[in-house]
Amino acid sequence: MEDKIKKVSIIISKGTLDGVYAGLLMANGARMEGIEANLFFAFFGLDAIIKKRMGKIKVATVGNPGMHMASLLGVLPGMSAMATSMMLKTMGKLDIPPVPEFIEMAADAGCKLYACKVSVDMFKLKKEDFCPQVDSIITVGDFYEKAAGGHIIFT
Amino acid sequence: MPQKQTGNAAIDVDADGFMTNLSQWTRDIAAALAKEEGIAELTAVHWKVLEYMQKEFKENGAVPTVRKINKSGLISTKELYEIFPGGPAKKAARIAGLAKPVGCV
Repeated sequence: MEDKIKKVSIIISKGTLDGVYAGLLMANGARMEGIEANLFFAFFGLDAIIKKRMGKIKVATVGNPGMHMASLLGVLPGMSAMATSMMLKTMGKLDIPPVPEFIEMAADAGCKLYACKVSVDMFKLKKEDFCPQVDSIITVGDFYEKAAGGHIIFT
Repeated sequence: MPQKQTGNAAIDVDADGFMTNLSQWTRDIAAALAKEEGIAELTAVHWKVLEYMQKEFKENGAVPTVRKINKSGLISTKELYEIFPGGPAKKAARIAGLAKPVGCV
């Protein structure tokens, strides 16, 4: 049997509900197994750690075959909000918290959170825009250093 | 059913080492299981969590998640990870004589 996984570094690059939750579940799940975990938020993934945006992450209803709904329908105003609300309700029943609470839970469980410097510069953001759980804004080189010796998961 | 010698008693366990018969659980067994999980001694805070988890299991039929334990106001997530290092949900459930938690949260 292979050696147990000791460390994972997870990149969250999407700003959709499924994109963000995939990464958060992996990171929190790792901590629950005693695995060291880093979260690296890049591009639209930054929305999950921006104070003003983290409570508004939505699921895509256009161009998303996974929705099992025609894009022509998904384009209608309110569809994305409705699909998101339905999904959050279902997840709530499974005790999966909303994004801000999940970020807090992951951080309290010992997960480290970082923002990608390139993305931060691109969107002209500052440390104050982020939630307090974010440890620092780092470069890709810093990320590789922190990820050394462990597995890297791109979401 | 696999049996296991823990302290002075023999208990029934599943393949992962979780107790399958809660009625066999005693505080001594919990202490012995805790040592196996790397916890040298169970303090008052540990017992608070274990008793809460057993109560929840008896009332709801399921082991509470870390989120539930945190929301109960009993203990913060941070402290929970400090007193049960390396995975509180699984370790605490095992020490409390409960089944392995099945959730992903």
